[in-house]
Amino acid sequence: MKIATRGLCLLVGLWATCASAIDTEAAFPDPALQARYEHLTGELRCLVCQNQSIADSNASLAGDLRREVKEMIARGQSDADIKAFLTARYGDFVLYDPPLTARTVLLWAAPGLLVLLAVGAAVRVIVKRSRAPLDEDPEDPA
Amino acid sequence: MWRYFTPALVFVALGGLFAYALVRIENGYDPRAIASPLIGKPAPAFVLPTVADPSRRFDSSALAGRPYVVNVWGTWCPSCREEHAALLVLARTAGVPIIGIDWRDEDALAQRYLADLGNPYTQVVADTEGRTAIDWGVYGAPETFLVGADGKIIEKYAGAMTEAVWAEKFQPHLAGGVTR
Repeated sequence: MKIATRGLCLLVGLWATCASAIDTEAAFPDPALQARYEHLTGELRCLVCQNQSIADSNASLAGDLRREVKEMIARGQSDADIKAFLTARYGDFVLYDPPLTARTVLLWAAPGLLVLLAVGAAVRVIVKRSRAPLDEDPEDPA
Repeated sequence: MWRYFTPALVFVALGGLFAYALVRIENGYDPRAIASPLIGKPAPAFVLPTVADPSRRFDSSALAGRPYVVNVWGTWCPSCREEHAALLVLARTAGVPIIGIDWRDEDALAQRYLADLGNPYTQVVADTEGRTAIDWGVYGAPETFLVGADGKIIEKYAGAMTEAVWAEKFQPHLAGGVTR
């Protein structure tokens, strides 16, 4: 059992090193800067693959953008500066967290609308069932 | 009644949506294309070594005052090869200089490519590190930009340039103002 657990840990550990091998840039010596770098690259979209962040993508453009982000952080620029730099070139599409505008209002409202729809449907079904006669229940001993 | 009708309605609605999207893609709509925020903005300046002679540098300020085309390409890019014949035609007929930005490439490969296939460019510069490409908001090669005499980006096309795309998207901006 112990051996199995250790083996599992080893596997998970090895898998984690593979997963992080996409980013070949040297880490910041300052863990706070490294955390900012990892957070930022995780919420910037790779324009080539479009469904991966630039932290996850091995496209060459994603590598260039990681280098750009890294250099801007090293120069002391803020997260807002870096996002402004990228949106000026690639538009809001580069952000996984796009600002609320007339064009994105449906995107932002969709989860709420879907929840309302689901709750509405559930209420309808519950009300309908609660009005149905009880003796329809096949488990009813009577 | 609704129990049977609703799923059918949803099926027809979804099917219609998919058919509409497929027809649009068939007619040239690219769902992956990203509208460039740079249109209407000043073209990003660059100073880059030329592919022909890496010891020489080309400064984009030399282009000021008249319209020009910027084409981002690379020898590693299959669609660039595909559009090359069209670029050669446009180099003769369009009446505007075409500046090539050789993106993330090697000079030796680019020199051989242009020697073999012909050179449509009035200048070809090497963006080996991809920094100029980022300034231009490039996300895939080939991409083609039209810059006006005022130095502002008028139009951008992502994908292989053809004479038809040129005539439809680029030429109208030049009509009247430019003579060969």
